Amino acid sequence: MRNSLREERFSIETTIVNILIIILISVGVIFSVVTALGLVRLPDVYTRTHAASKSSTLGVMCILGGTFIHFWLREDHFNPQLVIAIAFLFITSPVAGHLIGRASYMSGIPLAEETVRDDMKIAVEKKKGEQK
Amino acid sequence: MRTNDVMLQTATKVVTFIILMFAVHIFFAGHYTPGGGFVGGLLTASAIVLLMLAYDIETVKKIIPFNYVMMTATGLLLALGTASASIFFNVPFFTHAYDYFDLPLWGKTSLHSAALFDLGVYLVVVGVTMTIIQTIGEDE
Repeated sequence: MRNSLREERFSIETTIVNILIIILISVGVIFSVVTALGLVRLPDVYTRTHAASKSSTLGVMCILGGTFIHFWLREDHFNPQLVIAIAFLFITSPVAGHLIGRASYMSGIPLAEETVRDDMKIAVEKKKGEQK
Repeated sequence: MRTNDVMLQTATKVVTFIILMFAVHIFFAGHYTPGGGFVGGLLTASAIVLLMLAYDIETVKKIIPFNYVMMTATGLLLALGTASASIFFNVPFFTHAYDYFDLPLWGKTSLHSAALFDLGVYLVVVGVTMTIIQTIGEDE
């Protein structure tokens, strides 16, 4: 009994699965830390939204994927809610980032000092001119 | 200047169905796992609110032509009816019953009368939330 348990614990499949879970969750945590760093260090709203909407999406998706694989292959429990959550985050959080950036641009929040080119300004003025 | 909402509206078209499906799942899962009428109702209401954010209130009213006050009343009646139906079987008020049925698609399923009470809770939660949000949102 004890021997078979030990064999099961150190079989090649469980090792691969464990490594996969550890890699996925570590990558997710690292990306979340990068998000937090980006929120603190980047200069204006637009670059901060860029950090928050991209890397945090990937980070949370990696953590959810790791959890899904852990429950599927280690605990033998297929959890479709996690798959739906991954798809849902993948759709919604870039859209949320886009909307935050757009709303802040339209309410006139200034860009960072390092900005060299602003295509949106030209487009908005053109659109305003068309509607007058 | 008219704003351009293509991103939000396209994402809403997909996401609303995911939220509605999840709400139904949460509602039916309530007996054995976390969930139930209250959370399911709130999720449904949030899907409709998302539609209202992406489109305007008039369009959503055209898509979902429900009178939410009537919906609340129906939910309350359903809950009260489920609770008082036990009187006719000579058992105390609020006694629930369950049995196993052979449904054509699902096979052997246990149906519980508490699900009807939960449906009442669901309708009340959706109705009240949507009434509140519509009355606040329309007040210009």
